[in-house]
Amino acid sequence: MSPVVALMRRELRSFFVTPVAYVFLVIFLVLAGLLTFYSGDFYERGQADLQPFFVMHPWLYLILVPAVSMRMWAEESKGGTLELLLSLPINLVQAMLGKFLAAWLFIGLALLLTFPIWLTVNYLGSPDNGVILAGYLGSWLMAGAFLAIGACLSAVTQSQVVAFILTAVVCVLLLLAGQPEVLDFFQAALPRRLVHAVAHLSMLQHFEAIARGVLDLRDLFYFLFSILAWLGAGVLVLDLKRTP
Amino acid sequence: MIETERLTRCYGTLTAVDELTIRAEPGQVLGLLGPNGAGKSTAMRMIAGFLAPSSGSARVCGHDVSREPLKAKRALGYLPEGAPSYGELTVREFLVFIIRMRGMSSDFGYRRFDEVIGRLQLEDVLEQTIDTLSKGLRRRVGLAQAILHDPPVLMLDEPTDGLDPNQKHTVRQLIDAMARERTILISTHLLEEVHALCNRVVIIAQGKLMADATPAELEARSRYHGAVSFSAPGSAVAQEMLGRLPQAAAIEVDPLDGRITVFPKPGERILEPVEVLLHQQGLEVSEIQLERGRLDEVFRQITTAPATTESRA
Repeated sequence: MSPVVALMRRELRSFFVTPVAYVFLVIFLVLAGLLTFYSGDFYERGQADLQPFFVMHPWLYLILVPAVSMRMWAEESKGGTLELLLSLPINLVQAMLGKFLAAWLFIGLALLLTFPIWLTVNYLGSPDNGVILAGYLGSWLMAGAFLAIGACLSAVTQSQVVAFILTAVVCVLLLLAGQPEVLDFFQAALPRRLVHAVAHLSMLQHFEAIARGVLDLRDLFYFLFSILAWLGAGVLVLDLKRTP
Repeated sequence: MIETERLTRCYGTLTAVDELTIRAEPGQVLGLLGPNGAGKSTAMRMIAGFLAPSSGSARVCGHDVSREPLKAKRALGYLPEGAPSYGELTVREFLVFIIRMRGMSSDFGYRRFDEVIGRLQLEDVLEQTIDTLSKGLRRRVGLAQAILHDPPVLMLDEPTDGLDPNQKHTVRQLIDAMARERTILISTHLLEEVHALCNRVVIIAQGKLMADATPAELEARSRYHGAVSFSAPGSAVAQEMLGRLPQAAAIEVDPLDGRITVFPKPGERILEPVEVLLHQQGLEVSEIQLERGRLDEVFRQITTAPATTESRA
């Protein structure tokens, strides 16, 4: 078995033998349901789609994903198991990948468990299931980007609390980058082109595009590239920590 | 085989390991000895590939740990300081994780699994989570992890730390049994361990190599090497007579139990003349001992001396 898969399995196992997995799943499912029906006006809109469901995901992830990612490296480095892990025949890239994939699969599972809402909307009307599928894909990709940020920042510190806060802050900045208020702020200080670039960094815009069912390659690349870049940065951080 | 060449690691301005060159051969148990903070763990972490050296190199079975890290790691079984492991897993889950991470075939893996848990007497706790185990058991789980893949080179950072005397004995027997065809490097600050286990000792202090010798050679450096000690009642007269022996350099009396130690002059043997003298005086001696030398004294002498007086045996 490849060490990536072995590590991934151990990480998943660790999620489920500690309360982390259950707490996350329950809170995610309850909040996703509540927000969809109360804040999202699921019924009152009178439309058979899952827009009000997906619109809430970025904000749910903002709180919940850092909670999953914060322990990824901080816990290992605090508990001394990092030394054990890195004395096994695995390189940093493989180790980062194994841990990230475990967490990403776990969030994928949480998303799958929201299937009752998909059943509901199909029972109530005839939605465009292609758009819903795109919504799920976009949501999972965004969760992956958040997780990659969390993985990198968890490698920076031994403290899980610090990792949580740093991740949440970076995620909120990236979410809001495209909002007019933020852009106005930059407009005064930065040249036009850079403001444009900041706007394109916005996760929200890319996510909303996918969630509307518009599968533009650029949006997919944005998320995949974000994931790879942050994971790469995380590997770099781990490597820097072992060199003098 | 473990070889390091001028291995160095700095933390800021502090040099934790300073141009350390050591070599451990197959069949050898090399003891890495030094006071706390001498750089033992840092040196081991570099050999294990966990820390990168500031300069110098380390090789495990001929594989440079910086250039061929995976090959070096495959040849090495390593017990880090404090025997860290994943507390939320059971012993079985943890060891199965190691089998998978090391890419062992399930045939070989599970045969070794049975062997190792038998040797370390872990059968009864296989289904317990590691967090619930005692310190001694956790250390044994750490050892199991290190020897699971039957590595040619073993490196154990304070393997008996925190164990009771019986457990220490078991672990030492285990290390002894494995030593024949393997290279074993252990770090310790317990001098009894050196006697019990090591056939070669490297002493480091402030990151520098201070001595590299066999335990017997180290003992020979002791002031006590070749000295004779005995207890006898009413020996005040004898004491004076002993002082006049041409072979004797000094006499010390233990203020607590009155035990007398006679130190020989360099190159002199003193047991026989002392015995003759005591006999002539008609003194009843219950027990008389020829000292081999005291490691703790040598250790103190070596590790507290100024770092410039580097000596190699």
